[in-house]
Amino acid sequence: MEHEAHYPALLHHFADAQQQKNAASLGMWLFLVTEIMFFGGMFCAYLIYRLAHFNAFAAGSQQLSIALGAFNTAVLIVSSVTVVLAVKAAEAGKRKVLVGYLVVTVLLGLTFLVVKGFEYREKFERHHVPGASFSFTDTFDDNGKKIPVNPKEAELFFSLYFAMTGMHALHMIIGCGLFTGLAILAWKGHYSPSYYTPIENGGLYWHLVDIIWIYLFPLLYLISRHS
Amino acid sequence: MASNAASTVIPANQAPKLNYLNNGHTLRSWLLTTDHKRIALLYLISVSIFFFLGGFFAMLIRLELLTPEGDLLQADTYNKVFTMHGMIMVFFFLIPVVPAVLGNFLVPLMVGAKDLAFPRINLLSWYLYVIAGVLFLHCMLNGGVDTGWTFYTPYSTVGSNTNVIEAGLAVFIAGFSSIFTGLNFIVTVHRMRAPGLTWDRLPLFIWANYATALIMILGTPVVAITIVLVAVERLFHLGIFDPRLGGDPILFQHLFWFYSHPAVYIMILPSMGVISELITCFSRKRVFGYKFVALSSIAIAVIGFLVWAHHMFVAGISLYAAMIFSFLTFFVGVPSAVKVFNWTATLYRGSITYATPMLYAFGFMGLFTIGGLTGLFLATLGIDVHVTDTYFVVAHFHYVMVGGVLMGFLGGMHFWWPKISGRMYPEGWAKLSALLVFVGFNLTFFPQFILGYVGMPRRYWQYPPEFQVLNVLSTAGSSVLAVGYLLPMIYLLWSLKYGPIATDNPWNAAGLEWKTSSPPPTFNFDETPVVTWEAYNYDEIPDVPLEAPVAR
Repeated sequence: MEHEAHYPALLHHFADAQQQKNAASLGMWLFLVTEIMFFGGMFCAYLIYRLAHFNAFAAGSQQLSIALGAFNTAVLIVSSVTVVLAVKAAEAGKRKVLVGYLVVTVLLGLTFLVVKGFEYREKFERHHVPGASFSFTDTFDDNGKKIPVNPKEAELFFSLYFAMTGMHALHMIIGCGLFTGLAILAWKGHYSPSYYTPIENGGLYWHLVDIIWIYLFPLLYLISRHS
Repeated sequence: MASNAASTVIPANQAPKLNYLNNGHTLRSWLLTTDHKRIALLYLISVSIFFFLGGFFAMLIRLELLTPEGDLLQADTYNKVFTMHGMIMVFFFLIPVVPAVLGNFLVPLMVGAKDLAFPRINLLSWYLYVIAGVLFLHCMLNGGVDTGWTFYTPYSTVGSNTNVIEAGLAVFIAGFSSIFTGLNFIVTVHRMRAPGLTWDRLPLFIWANYATALIMILGTPVVAITIVLVAVERLFHLGIFDPRLGGDPILFQHLFWFYSHPAVYIMILPSMGVISELITCFSRKRVFGYKFVALSSIAIAVIGFLVWAHHMFVAGISLYAAMIFSFLTFFVGVPSAVKVFNWTATLYRGSITYATPMLYAFGFMGLFTIGGLTGLFLATLGIDVHVTDTYFVVAHFHYVMVGGVLMGFLGGMHFWWPKISGRMYPEGWAKLSALLVFVGFNLTFFPQFILGYVGMPRRYWQYPPEFQVLNVLSTAGSSVLAVGYLLPMIYLLWSLKYGPIATDNPWNAAGLEWKTSSPPPTFNFDETPVVTWEAYNYDEIPDVPLEAPVAR
């Protein structure tokens, strides 16, 4: 214990740095489990209603822009790469490179949010936001055949769309704030090759939020588009 | 009994050792503490406040039901009163009480650690609890909620004109407090055990809290998102649970009970852990079938996640689903029965002492057995259809939640009070209150089984006159019960100043928490203990006759 005494980041109740790191890492993984259960409730609702109101969900899905969704998916995948590179830079003790990757990650996150904002604006303009002014006109499949859609069921699709992507966007906003904080601390030299657990755990959070989008994109934008 | 008192009292001129209680006296040293023992006491104070508040609403309910007419409360007020009673007791008392008070205090001590793995998150969890509590009080003073504690849709989303969103937000925040406690326990048990303390040497209280923490982590987020969906549905008129907009209210019930049934095990499992500690200590024996008792906690946590739809047998789920959930509900009774049988086998040929904690343990076994067996009645589809939403159900879950959880909590509070406070409680008063609680409890809730069976529905403020005799019995019992709950609060506070000073191990018990001083120092142990023995090695501890160390 004596040789650890000068080690600044070691908290009093841990025997050594390894135990502290293992505890933080396990704690983060458990937190990610709670996040999966949290989103799981909405995925469960989506699954049930997609089975119950298939036509309306197919028609609603057709109103979403695959181009913007795919662009955002690409942005998030790239941001996951920059997070990995940030962790690697922290491991190697390259402070400036670490700060750079953290900042790029935040910028990519903000890009995602801005694009999402444009998508939401389009929903408002076309009265696809659930509520009193919601309206939904009949849609046609690729052969020009009319798909009969109950507007109430389409409204349910958009309710779930906003609930799920909104909750995901909230997590993105939290992630951007978190990474801004990490970047500031990294700039001040808080992290070293012997202590960069917050970078690693922040990265785990970022990856989880990305993975949730990787499931949201096909569920909302891609599948059941062509009935 | 008083003869032994002198030997346990330290001369007044001898300065007390530095411990977690006298290490800092300022308000700041309490409100910004990261010491798990101080946080446990903060929790004790706050859950006690909510317990007496919830008890106040319970007394209003019982007073209204004293007469068949709706004279004390009107229907609307009555709806709010039973909702407030339910929400306070479930979310602000029963769920945190044993894990956040006794668990917080004991988990690090029992695993030989200096603190929980994340002390600051532990403090955060208390603050979240307080924020949730204040929000709930604000909601209550602004007219309250009338949805019942279950928030059933569509009433909660389009029917009720009360503060559903604020109450939901309070429950949401309290849920995160519970998640953080669970997360802390799991990491602590995995990563912070003292050298030599292997999994098969862990005290059963730790196993029980570990299983509880698993449920907190896996279940609570689901109810959190469910309540968020109810709130956004109310705010933005979404249709997720509204049948007029294509939604399905049954889905709400599935999501709600997916957490709220396992939540029953969040409440009862830690108390079962307490009972395991009490029974072994006061029968001076190893627990019978350690591995079975330990793994039965995990089994309850796992199977408990697969039984939720038994709350919905009459809600319109398919008959085949109902049959499967009925079967699984019988199945979850098996690990609970394993515990009760093993405790009984532990008592066999034990050298039993009838100290107050043991009286509570006996009370727990009796009341939990009745509560558990009537649970099997309710798991039977035919009987459930007959007694759904009657006082039979009310009596059943009060036997488990109040009879079980509170007996375990009070037993544990008396058992560990010397460790927590450094003082002994007055044994005579404590035995009296244990008796009052047991008698008062049975008088309150046993008549409700009969009331429910003959058809009195729950949640009504009036009833036909032929039900009055049993209702009067129940109200009379509730006042005895109230005295039984008030007494410990008074004499425990009294003992803080006037109780005989406790030795480090007044019960001659086996756990690691008894190997440090009473009260423990801030970092629990002067030296990290090394464990070379199995839990409950009472056959290796010299059996000093328990001349109740207790005095008056």
